[in-house]
Amino acid sequence: MTSSNTAQAEGPDAYREATTLELRRVSKTYPGSDRPVISDLSLEVGAGEICVLVGPSGCGKTTAMRMVNRMVDMTSGDILVGGRSVRARPAAKLRREIGYVIQQIGLFPHQTIGENVAAVPRLLGWDRRRTEARVDELIALVGLDAELRDRYPAQLSGGQRQRVGVARALASDPPLMLMDEPFGAIDPINRERLQNEFLRLQGRLRKTVVFVTHDIDEAIKMGDKIAVMKVGGVLAQYASPAELLTAPADEFVEDFVGADRALKRLALLRVRDVDLWRAPLVREGEPTAAARARVAESDLPYPLLVDADGRPLGWLSERDLARERVRAPADSGPEPVVDRDAVLRDALADILQAGTQYAPVVDGAGGAVGVLSIDVVGHFLAQGDTTEESPSARAGVDP
Amino acid sequence: MIALLAQVEIRDRAAEDGCVAGNGFCPGWIADNLDRYLEPFWQHVYLSIVAVVVGFAIAFALALLAHERRWLVGPIIGITGVLYTLPSIAVFFLLQPITGRGALTALIALTAYTLLILFRNIVTGLENVPSETKDAARGIGYTDRQVLWKVELPLAMPEIIAGLRIAATTTVGLATLAFFAGAGGLGGEIFADITFKSNVVFAGGLCLALAILLDVMLLAAQRLLLPWRRAVAT
Ligand SMILES: Nc1ncnc2c1ncn2[C@@H]1O[C@H](COP(=O)(O)OP(=O)(O)OP(=O)(O)O)[C@@H](O)[C@H]1O
Ligand SMILES: [Mg+2]
Repeated sequence: MTSSNTAQAEGPDAYREATTLELRRVSKTYPGSDRPVISDLSLEVGAGEICVLVGPSGCGKTTAMRMVNRMVDMTSGDILVGGRSVRARPAAKLRREIGYVIQQIGLFPHQTIGENVAAVPRLLGWDRRRTEARVDELIALVGLDAELRDRYPAQLSGGQRQRVGVARALASDPPLMLMDEPFGAIDPINRERLQNEFLRLQGRLRKTVVFVTHDIDEAIKMGDKIAVMKVGGVLAQYASPAELLTAPADEFVEDFVGADRALKRLALLRVRDVDLWRAPLVREGEPTAAARARVAESDLPYPLLVDADGRPLGWLSERDLARERVRAPADSGPEPVVDRDAVLRDALADILQAGTQYAPVVDGAGGAVGVLSIDVVGHFLAQGDTTEESPSARAGVDP
Repeated sequence: MIALLAQVEIRDRAAEDGCVAGNGFCPGWIADNLDRYLEPFWQHVYLSIVAVVVGFAIAFALALLAHERRWLVGPIIGITGVLYTLPSIAVFFLLQPITGRGALTALIALTAYTLLILFRNIVTGLENVPSETKDAARGIGYTDRQVLWKVELPLAMPEIIAGLRIAATTTVGLATLAFFAGAGGLGGEIFADITFKSNVVFAGGLCLALAILLDVMLLAAQRLLLPWRRAVAT
C-alpha cells in the first residue's frame, strides 16, 4: 500500500491525480515471427486525456495497450507512466496501479460482484472497512443497483457485467486506465448509454485513459486524441477528432475515417458553434409596422412569434402582419426547437425529421436566440472550421 | 480360490436356529453378532480414507507440476493409467514380498488406483478455467501464485470434487479385497462365510452405506463451498 492510498479520503471528489503516459519508439515482434506487430510507435498522452487507439482488426491495438501494463513484453523502446519506466517496477505491482478492462471483461465467476470489485483493494491489503466502503461507492458510481453486490457474474446481463469490469478497474483509483473495447460486446443502445456514462464519469474523475476500439465513430466520440493505426502497428495519424476529420494525414486515414467524415464532424460541434440566423421575433399585440421592419432586416422572411419571456410560440405568415397589430395564435407551432448547447448532429436530425429547413434555437432559459438553418450548417462544414472540446464536455459534463 | 472360500463357514450353522440354519436373512442373528463387524468396518473406513487422502495429495502435486510443464500430462496419465488397470489382487500379491502382509500393502495398491481419476480431474479442472479469467487476474495484478490459488483452483473445484467422489466410492468397493493383503476390512467378513446370506448382505450393506455416506458428504461440501456453481448452472 502506498502512502497516497492511505491518505486518500473517501468520496468521489477525492480521486488521485491523473498521470502522463509516453510510448517511446516501442516495437514488438512476437517470438517465432519475423514481422513486427508494433513498429516504432511513439505516443504521448497528457494527464487526464482519453487517447483512443483505433484501426482495423489485427493492427496491434491490444498488443500496444498490453505493453503498457507489461502483459506483453516490448521488444525495444520504452514506456513511461508518470515519467517512470514501466520496467522499473515488478509487473504485478505495476498492474495494481493501472486499471485494466480486458477485451472479454473476464470477471471471476466464483466471486460475487462485490468480491470482484474488491479484488485489487484486497491485493493492496486495504482493511475491510475501507474496502467495503469503496465497493459500495464504485457500484453506485458505475450506475449499478446496490442489490447486485451479492450476485454472481453469471446472474448479470452483458451490460451490467461491463459496468462491473469498469468498476473493478477503477477500484484502487488508478491514475491510468487501459480499456480494451470495453463496450464491444453490447447492443448499440446500451453501448451508447455506457459511452455517455463513462464520459460523464470521466468528467469527474479525469483519469488518463487509453481506450481501444475498432469503431471510428466510438473513437471520435470518446477521444481527446485518436491514434489511427495500420496493420503492422504503424501509427498513421495521431490527432484530435476534429483534426482527423478535417485533415486526414493520408489516404489510409481518409478511408478509415470514412467518406462521411464531414457528417461525422457534426457530432463534434454544438449548435452554438455555428453562426445562427437572426430571427425576426415578434410579440402578440405589437404594431405590425415594427414587425415588418424587423422581418425586412433579418435573414428569414417569416416572423417568429414569442411570448413575453421570449420563448418561441410559433411561426407567423405574411398574412398575420396585414393588420394593425400582430395577432395570435401562430399558423404553425415552433417545432422543432433546438437547444443552443445541443450537439449539431442531433439538432440537424431533428430539423430533417420534421421536414423543415430551419428551427428556432433557444438558450437554457428557453428564450429564442436565433435560427438554425440547414443552409448555415452546409456553409459551415464547407469552411472546414474546427472547434475543440473534450469528449466529456460534449457528453454534458462541465469540467 | 472361491471354492476354497466357500468352504469357510462362520460357525456350524446347522446347529443354529431355523433362520440361520435355513440360510435366510436373519436380523436377529445380525443384532447378536454386530460386534464382529465393528472392527472391520472401522478398518474399512481407515483404508478407504487414507487411500483417497494420500492419493489426492500425490495427484494434486503431480497436477500442479504438470500444470507448469504441460508435456508431463501425457506420461503421467500413461503411468497412472497402467496402475489403474492392474488388478488389485495381483498388486497385493506382487507387493507382498516387498512390503509384507498388512495395511501398508493394501494402502499402496488402493492409493495407486485413485491416482488416474484424481489426476485427470484436477488437470481437466485447471484446463477448463477460461483463459480470459486468468488473463484478467494477471492484468489487475495477481501474481502467478495468486492466479493459481485464488482463481484457477477455486474454479477447478467442481471437477476436483467430482473426481474425489468417484475415487471415494470406487476405493470403498476395492477395499473389500484388502483382506487378501492381510489388511482386514469388511471384505474379510464377507469372505468369512460367502454362502451365508445374512453375513454377505449385512457386510456388503455396510460397504454400500459407507460409499454413499462419503459421496453425500462430498456433495454437501460442494454445495457449501461452491455457492457460485448454482449461479452458473441456472
Ligand atoms: N501471443 C501472440 N503471439 C503471436 N502473435 C500474436 C499474439 N497476440 C497477437 N498476435 C498477432 O499480433 C497482431 C496484432 O494483434 P492484436 O491482438 O494486438 O490486434 P488488435 O488490433 O487488438 O485486433 P482486434 O481488433 O481484432 O482485437 C495480430 O496479427 C495477431 O495475430
Ligand atoms: Mg484487440
